[in-house]
Amino acid sequence: MYVAVKGGAKAIEAAHRLMAKRRRGNPELPGISLDQIREQLGLAVDRVMAEGSLYSPELAALAVKQARGDLVEAIFLLRAARATFPRFGYCLPVDTGTMRVERRISATWKDLPGGQLLGPTFDYTHRLLDYSLMEEKEPAGRDGPAEIKGPGMKSPEMKRPKALKALLGEGLMEAEEDDGREPGDITRQPVDFPVDRAGRLQNLARSDEGFTLALAYSTQRGFGSVHPFVAELRQGTLSVEFTPEELGFPVTLGEIDLTECETVNQFKGGGGQPPTFTRGYGLAFGHNERKALAMAIVDRALRAEELGEEIKGPAQNQEFVFSHSDNVEAAGFVSHIKLPHYVDFQAELSMLRQMRKAANDDQR
Amino acid sequence: MTSAETGYNFAYLDEDSKRLIRRALLKAVAVPGYQVPFAGREMPMPYGWGTGGIQVTAALIGPDDVLKVIDQGSDDTTNAVSIRAFFSKTAGVATTTVTGEASIIQTRHRIPERPLKPGQIMVYQVPIPEPLRWLEPGETETRVLHALGEYGLMYVKLYEDISRHGRIATSYDYPVEVFGRYIMSPSPIPRFDNPKLDRSPALHLFGAGREKRIYAVPPYSPVRSLDFEDYPFAVQRWPEVCAICGASDSYLDEVVLDDGGRRLFVCSDSDYCAGRAGKGSPPQ
Repeated sequence: MYVAVKGGAKAIEAAHRLMAKRRRGNPELPGISLDQIREQLGLAVDRVMAEGSLYSPELAALAVKQARGDLVEAIFLLRAARATFPRFGYCLPVDTGTMRVERRISATWKDLPGGQLLGPTFDYTHRLLDYSLMEEKEPAGRDGPAEIKGPGMKSPEMKRPKALKALLGEGLMEAEEDDGREPGDITRQPVDFPVDRAGRLQNLARSDEGFTLALAYSTQRGFGSVHPFVAELRQGTLSVEFTPEELGFPVTLGEIDLTECETVNQFKGGGGQPPTFTRGYGLAFGHNERKALAMAIVDRALRAEELGEEIKGPAQNQEFVFSHSDNVEAAGFVSHIKLPHYVDFQAELSMLRQMRKAANDDQR
Repeated sequence: MTSAETGYNFAYLDEDSKRLIRRALLKAVAVPGYQVPFAGREMPMPYGWGTGGIQVTAALIGPDDVLKVIDQGSDDTTNAVSIRAFFSKTAGVATTTVTGEASIIQTRHRIPERPLKPGQIMVYQVPIPEPLRWLEPGETETRVLHALGEYGLMYVKLYEDISRHGRIATSYDYPVEVFGRYIMSPSPIPRFDNPKLDRSPALHLFGAGREKRIYAVPPYSPVRSLDFEDYPFAVQRWPEVCAICGASDSYLDEVVLDDGGRRLFVCSDSDYCAGRAGKGSPPQ
């Protein structure tokens, strides 16, 4: 009797020990190293960095290891660590036009300045299980560091201008200019609806990939009308620069991998504006194509109000998207119903009994 | 104040974050019942598991404080244990299970049975700070309703309860009006606990981490549970008494004993119960 609520401390301690044991798995097998995770589960690491809002392949790999491969848990670990890191300033804005691209495609032009570069992608692979990977040792030379040759690889250092520049000149594409305003920071300031586009993009950049994907999909199926073309999808490496106050000139902090997606969408015109193309924008740390593309679609959908479009779907409702896109918040709140609710349940129980009794008495 | 042992600042949060939270707390105390937005931090516990209360406690707690943490009224439920351990580890503060000894009491879903004293601070973990949320999902809209004091929706809801069920069918998280102005969610405490908020000598602070809101009931504030003249507010009562201490004035949890439907009732407030049963804290 009354045992259920006693012994919490002991139970927690034992649960932690069990988790540690489960995490390690069979101790006769070698433990997995952070290097192995970073190198061989790179896309998992990239997702954790993107949604964890912290560019650190090493810490992200650690989080993946500690979370036993549960990426939402790993994202949470990284976020909680990130929240305690001091901020010493903002880097200079990166210019993705200067990216050393590994992959760069456009679906709107057959060819364009800088060319199409397919790069590493699951697209066009046949999703057949490769049973040869089941071998402990992969065949020598198969994935070796042999030089991979292709037309686009001739000049990997070649700058590839942004595809949408072609439309800007003609005035067919809305221009996006830096208005010089300091963007807010959704992790440092409380949310106040309506949130401007900078804030929405910050939210989408860390939003759950699955949620963002589903929202993007919903707009394509008619819950909000977005008819996007992928003007450009690029993925590659960029330098990050920072100007320390005491130096007064920018120094390079390091390099990061980014995936960027720009969509072009029809806009019929209205409110005194001529018909024009509008953009959606997606950006994610690492190689994170599905996320960047979905983000660009949702970003555009969320501009419905600004563009005077009818709001027909959840993807166009910024309160809906902003408040539910974060998987650390969502996973926490959904899972909190595992916590004891004896008190509230008891209150409901008594209430229900009283109501049934009253109903019974009435019938008699 | 970084602790060498944990590598984290005293009580986990950095001092800038604490200052930000304290500013929100001051505003909340100045405008009782008003939900103050604050830039909540990610805590190392999941959202929905008390991160709002933990942030409030972290911003308030000093080395001389004595902390009590309860969940469902008990100091020994798993999440209460976990939160207490967190502050023992990151702040090294003294903890207690005795209501009267605590300077800060963090709670989920209950207010202790023993009357609170001046100088004590209650910190509530709040899942949904907006009392109007079930009636109006949009935050932009509910903020306007609060600003205008436009609470017709809530009264209509209560009225509909009465017309449908013959009573106000809200058993916990029962809405209150603070200082005759804002309607406030008291957090999911049973309505049994609502009267304890009215003119309480303690300071009551409410933290919603995921929703990033802080609000407060300052000491001695009038707190009225919403009702109608002909349907006055009333609290739950049990025909049974506590099977351990015999209390007839405390909130009781039902414990199912077997498949045959045998059950007994025990105090939800474990400190109150232990004190009455002669173990643990003496009666005050």
